Amino acid sequence: MTLSRPVGYRSAPDGTHPPLDHPDYRSTAPRAPSQPPIVLPHRLTEVTGPLLAGERIGERDHDLTTQHDGEALGQRIVVFGRVCDSDGRAVPDTLVEIWQANAAGRYAHPGDNWSAPLDPNFTGGGRVVTDSAGNYSFTTIKPGAYPWSNHHNAWRPSHIHFSLFGRAFTQRLVTQMYFPDDPLFAQDPIFNSVPDPKARQRLISTFDLAATRPGWALAYRFDIVLRGREQTPFEEPHD
Amino acid sequence: MTETQLGPTPSQTVGPFLHIGLTWPDGADVVPEGTPGAIRIGGVLYDGNGDPVPDGLVETWQADPEGRFDHPDGEASRGAPLVPGFRGFGRCATGADGRWEVRTVKPGAVAEQAPHIDVSVFARGLLDRVVTRIYFPDEEVANARDPLLAEVPAARVPALIARPTGLGELRFDIRLRGEGETVFFQI
Repeated sequence: MTLSRPVGYRSAPDGTHPPLDHPDYRSTAPRAPSQPPIVLPHRLTEVTGPLLAGERIGERDHDLTTQHDGEALGQRIVVFGRVCDSDGRAVPDTLVEIWQANAAGRYAHPGDNWSAPLDPNFTGGGRVVTDSAGNYSFTTIKPGAYPWSNHHNAWRPSHIHFSLFGRAFTQRLVTQMYFPDDPLFAQDPIFNSVPDPKARQRLISTFDLAATRPGWALAYRFDIVLRGREQTPFEEPHD
Repeated sequence: MTETQLGPTPSQTVGPFLHIGLTWPDGADVVPEGTPGAIRIGGVLYDGNGDPVPDGLVETWQADPEGRFDHPDGEASRGAPLVPGFRGFGRCATGADGRWEVRTVKPGAVAEQAPHIDVSVFARGLLDRVVTRIYFPDEEVANARDPLLAEVPAARVPALIARPTGLGELRFDIRLRGEGETVFFQI
């Protein structure tokens, strides 16, 4: 019975995550639960999780510009960063999945009916695993903005969807990465659903001239912070 | 201690086009096809209007039949895999009819807890995942002693217990909102 309550994971500070019910984003109305959630103290099922690594990764999954016969259209960019927990500890060997619209703002998806052109050389899905220091890197194109029907003249700012597993069920995170200085931020209810303005800023990548590949691609850094442990467990013997 | 901590990255919705990034050909296979004793667990994801959600994603995480996890934090419960190819994790996007389903084996009890499966639900319109648990209908005694179920108002407990619908087949509908709303947990 002593094992039934392992060291749990800390909750994010208030204002970090969006409320499920956010009227400015209309689709939340029929989908946000009406009852408050019941607290689930972390036990073994929550502090473990799928450790999915290299077996999920295809040869071209890290480079979304070269997954087809021809090259994808658009501004080539490198999107990279470090995944760590809120104590700054690297999260190594964890699966990072991304998906995005093409340079014209159109998703290669049957549900996307916007009239912007599809690019036969761009699917928009990518997958990598972080290295031993928690670093990841993708090569892709900068996605375009696109209109949607949430409100009059609504446009989504350019963004890339990110999905992370971390090392535990509690660390699972799906988010969106944005680009610096986007004039569409002010009218976007999804970006603005994050209550704390400082937390919101953490969704915005930074342009990194030093990481640019000269003559080839611009670079944006997007570091991702997952939840850390409640308290530091005793150090395990080193490998 | 708090001042040295980094702020976690906020959650955002998966949006309607999650399939581009989050579907795997073998996503729903917590165990490989042909696994002895495999069961199918699935149901319909409904919104607050009672309509099926056709653009959601359900993920499952569970112990093996001995209640063990192949994970460093599950060390004490670790052992040679009892079920070849057991992944513990399943993922299934909902169809046009809101249906999802995974193929798995029934998990064992985990310490003092009744057998259960942790579930994450993602969808357009959900700015963060919602988390629930699947419990089993043939575990009345263990369910009655389960420390988490004890925290759930009795009237809502049935929504957390899967229903048998056939041999090796369990149904677990997820209602995001409204009548019969699924119990969601804050983790």
